[in-house]
Amino acid sequence: MQNLKSSKSTLTLTFAPCDGQVERVITVTSKKPIKAAKRPVNLDLGTIKQPLPALVSITHRVTGVMLFIGLIFALWAFDVSLSSQQGFDSVRHALEHNFFAKLVAWGLLSALAWHFVAGIRHLAMDLHYADDREGGMRTSKIVVVVSAVLIVLAGVWVW
Amino acid sequence: MVTMITNLGRSGLSDWLVQRISAVVLALYTLFLVAYVLFHPGLDYLTWSALFESTAMRIFTLAALLSIAAHAWIGLWTIFTDYVKCTRLRLVLQVVVVLALFTFVIWSVQVLWGA
Repeated sequence: MQNLKSSKSTLTLTFAPCDGQVERVITVTSKKPIKAAKRPVNLDLGTIKQPLPALVSITHRVTGVMLFIGLIFALWAFDVSLSSQQGFDSVRHALEHNFFAKLVAWGLLSALAWHFVAGIRHLAMDLHYADDREGGMRTSKIVVVVSAVLIVLAGVWVW
Repeated sequence: MVTMITNLGRSGLSDWLVQRISAVVLALYTLFLVAYVLFHPGLDYLTWSALFESTAMRIFTLAALLSIAAHAWIGLWTIFTDYVKCTRLRLVLQVVVVLALFTFVIWSVQVLWGA
């Protein structure tokens, strides 16, 4: 959003989505006077101090993307492991001896652990459990601790 | 009402519900599979392939695969619409994701039934 103008009864918002696109102008009209925001509005996420629940939320998104990308490795291992006795042995051998395979497995299990625990928190909040500010902070800490334990356990399992 | 054309269910409420149902399916499948592998330390090929030959496991696995496709579609749609402001780039990313998920479903069905 680049421009914000206000008069007694109309509010005009100008959007310029990206280069080469036509600007879109939205005009809102009202019978009552509309007050434009006079305070400075900062939407640059990089300059805002993120509280723990925000970090847990963004990490849930990041691990989600990691799982989507990692899906190719999981499906490939699944395919080879079910293809034949030799295929199964090669997957087993890679997971027992290949450092890169272990690293990918641990990375995927870690992302899965975090996404799982943070996802349970979202489902709990949908049921109105701990969906206030204090509850959100408390459950964020639980997510960090439980995920960290699971990530360490996953590492022990893989190595 | 703004009608979306790139989200899964064409309605935010539908997407919201599908995202949660698929999450529960995937959570149950994850717990099952991790527990299965943990309790079979010396897992061999015959036990492993027999597991995926049973009808119950094929139904459970297919439910999980379709849940992954729906869950990833909705999740990545949410991320792209939040962070990618350029419409053309966002559309390209969304089409790539949907094609990747389509390929994933076909490939995994082939693995599940072709073994």
